[in-house]
Amino acid sequence: MTDLPASGIHGHPHRRIDGRAKVLGTATYAFEQDVDAATYLYPLQATIARGRVRRIDTSAAEALDGVVAVLTHLNAPRLADTDDKEYAVCQSDEVAFRGQFIGAVVAETQEVARHAASLVSVEYDEQPHQVVLPDDDKGLDDPDEVNAGYPSDTAQGDVGAALADAERLVDETYSTPMEHNNPMEPHTSVAIWSAGSGDGDASLLLYDSTQGVHSVRRTLAPVLGLKPERIRVVSPYVGGGFGSKGLPHAHNVLVALAAQLTGGRPVKFALTRQQMFTLVGYRTPTIQRIRLAADGDGRLTGICHDVIEQTSRIKEFAEQTATATRMMYAAPNRRTSHRLARLDVPIPSWMRAPGEAPGMAGLEMAMDELAERCSLDPIELRVRNEPDIDPDSGKRWSGRHLVECFRTGAERFGWADRGEPGARRDGDWLVGLGVASSTYPAFTMRGSTAEIAYVDGRYVVRIGASDIGTGTWTTLSQIAAEALGVEVEGVRLELGDTDLPMATVEGGSSGMASWGSTVVAAVDAFRDRHGKDPEEGATARAETPEHADRKKYATHSFGAIFAEAAVHADTGEVRVRRMLGVFDVGRIVNPPTARSQLVGGMIFGLSMALFEHSVMDARTGHVVNHDFAEYHIPVNADIADLDAIWLDHEDTNANSLGAKGIGEIGTVGSPAAVANAVYNASGVRIRDLPITPDKLIAQSGSTKTGSPQSGHM
Amino acid sequence: MGLAWGMTRISVSVDGIAYVDEVEPRMLLVHYLRDRLGKTGTVVGCDTSNCGSCTVHLDGRSVKSCAVLAVQADGHEVITIEGIAKDGELHPMQRAFHESHALQCGYCTPGMIMQSIDLLAANPDPTEADVREGLEGNLCRCTGYHNIVKAVLTAAADAKAAR
Ligand code: FES
Ligand code: FES
Repeated sequence: MTDLPASGIHGHPHRRIDGRAKVLGTATYAFEQDVDAATYLYPLQATIARGRVRRIDTSAAEALDGVVAVLTHLNAPRLADTDDKEYAVCQSDEVAFRGQFIGAVVAETQEVARHAASLVSVEYDEQPHQVVLPDDDKGLDDPDEVNAGYPSDTAQGDVGAALADAERLVDETYSTPMEHNNPMEPHTSVAIWSAGSGDGDASLLLYDSTQGVHSVRRTLAPVLGLKPERIRVVSPYVGGGFGSKGLPHAHNVLVALAAQLTGGRPVKFALTRQQMFTLVGYRTPTIQRIRLAADGDGRLTGICHDVIEQTSRIKEFAEQTATATRMMYAAPNRRTSHRLARLDVPIPSWMRAPGEAPGMAGLEMAMDELAERCSLDPIELRVRNEPDIDPDSGKRWSGRHLVECFRTGAERFGWADRGEPGARRDGDWLVGLGVASSTYPAFTMRGSTAEIAYVDGRYVVRIGASDIGTGTWTTLSQIAAEALGVEVEGVRLELGDTDLPMATVEGGSSGMASWGSTVVAAVDAFRDRHGKDPEEGATARAETPEHADRKKYATHSFGAIFAEAAVHADTGEVRVRRMLGVFDVGRIVNPPTARSQLVGGMIFGLSMALFEHSVMDARTGHVVNHDFAEYHIPVNADIADLDAIWLDHEDTNANSLGAKGIGEIGTVGSPAAVANAVYNASGVRIRDLPITPDKLIAQSGSTKTGSPQSGHM
Repeated sequence: MGLAWGMTRISVSVDGIAYVDEVEPRMLLVHYLRDRLGKTGTVVGCDTSNCGSCTVHLDGRSVKSCAVLAVQADGHEVITIEGIAKDGELHPMQRAFHESHALQCGYCTPGMIMQSIDLLAANPDPTEADVREGLEGNLCRCTGYHNIVKAVLTAAADAKAAR
């Protein structure tokens, strides 16, 4: 590896390189790209959950002034590959979920497109549907594997015996809600189709809001029947993604089809916020039965985590909800399973910390309950069950400093002040503290290439990576500058374009480790070939290096999340007054952007605990609260004192950069930390997230706490 | 274009430039700014007037431009995020957001900045709680808000020091 210059550049705060454009309003997201003679697309969506389109009448729409084209399954260009049903857009009359695309109008203005869409009349042959996750396991399927390639089920030892012999036992069912990613920038795409000579040389230019330009190209090429090099995807700025922009969705195909009907004119398509609740993925609801068996000292003897969750009938996505339970704590006997209900619903997908976020919500609430049943402090319970090696793989940890996270956090947060449940009161508010562990795998994805070129006295770094708000523009420039031994100003980064070398998707918190180590390798190659004093125009490339040691280790990030909750004794309103996350995430490249990522992740988790819940109408298959008026995410006034800090342990066993990824771990432990704080405050245990006042009030009658004068909790 | 709904003539000043345009009465101000004038710095996050990312100033007060029709701006003055920097020099609120790391993806940023300027105009010396409440109509999914509050308080303190 290149020697680091004496004064390392990373680890030192650097202002966002993209910040100036963003405060000026000149950052060009997808829809904001300036194209000539734009047309606008408004989609047609099914209003039944299952069945067929019997008749679709587009004549009134077509007759409207300003309409350029109307697309339905009757006239849509044929796709080359329809195996993946998510992408088989308008290829048949079948309807698999409510809100599915059944066509589109393209017009001169957004107003006309939307008006024309309202003039299309559709008749359906409806079939019975099922859209709500059943809470028993009748008719459920075993997936072959769950997301990220993990096995669906695991078993070690004899869990049955451990449960039967347990001195202390938790056997509870926890549920987490359906959630929608809701990045602030809607999913948008601008498609420009060039027909070419008609001899298989058509091409597509797509300005897209995506976490990976190369993934979009690779996925769409076979669907559209184009060679990958005939598709160019451009995405310099992205207004958030949180997983929902990790892969293309049906809207990308729809806009690419529509662009074939406009004679080469660009087609602009921005989903409305309401449409995003149907078409771009979501987090499945989960029902988790968790059983923890322990001896009298709180040492776990058995862990059993059985998950029920949903997928769509047309495409399987199995959330890896119980995978963290496999590695989190020591216990000789353990079992995990995932069962899927195939429903007539939109296709679930990645949402920030898929698997870990809901799964650790369940496990860490259960650990809190076990601590109480063992009369142990929740931190002490976790310390007693700290595994020396990864119980799942049997490998050594590349670095695991969870206990240090807890100790550091306990001291800072004033954990010693925690009292009995329902014991602390501040006016009308019941106040309590809660804690939970956090973890997330440290992935390094191979398959990226970076190029370094020396142009006009600066080093140009080219890699088709993304910045969805995570800070890549800045951190990758810092890494390159440090490896090159120059100031950040001496580097010009180019990203977000398939004309740049291949890069893996921004997902799984893998971006910095994967792209960063690739850039460092490219710098090494450049210096080897051109030395310290390169000629103008000199270039070199390298691929993501193999990190030989990595396979020897189990590579994960860890964290301890602390929360203080206040529960109003009369109304059940919950306010989170303080939160602290202490993280073991390896090397931090840019402290301000890292802190923002971690704190933002914690809020995402807080939001899962208290606010977010997509409500599915069983009669219609429709998410009824499909806008920001009714799907609540935290606003400024919901947040109080919040901080994230990190331990100083670079993890060079995990990858050569020593950085383990920070995008998701903030989200993982936070729901349980808040839920446990609510319990400590109120004495009411809500196992069904989100924790809303109605649930607290309904259960408070059956608990022992609260003051007789005014408290009803 | 001879479109179905007929057209209405509006005269509106946007970022200091006078425009006279024919618009459909149903056209939203935000679409007028973006699709007609190319002022794409003002973005759309929800189009149900919940998120604040489309916030601009209409005669000096903040409005959500997805909740205003273009025809309602007839005879009025609109300032967008693209009209507050002077000669390449960032507006103090823009500078405060940039320096305080008050953004990640940046999509909420134009609206946050426009709303924050309005907030300080009404209350030049806000407390942290005033800021949090004053920005309640502006959603950010990335940052956790902390640095946004810091930016606004910094801008307020700077303005005070300069007075
Ligand atoms: S787009 Fe106007 S408030 Fe959201
Ligand atoms: S910075 Fe992304 S929404 Fe605020």
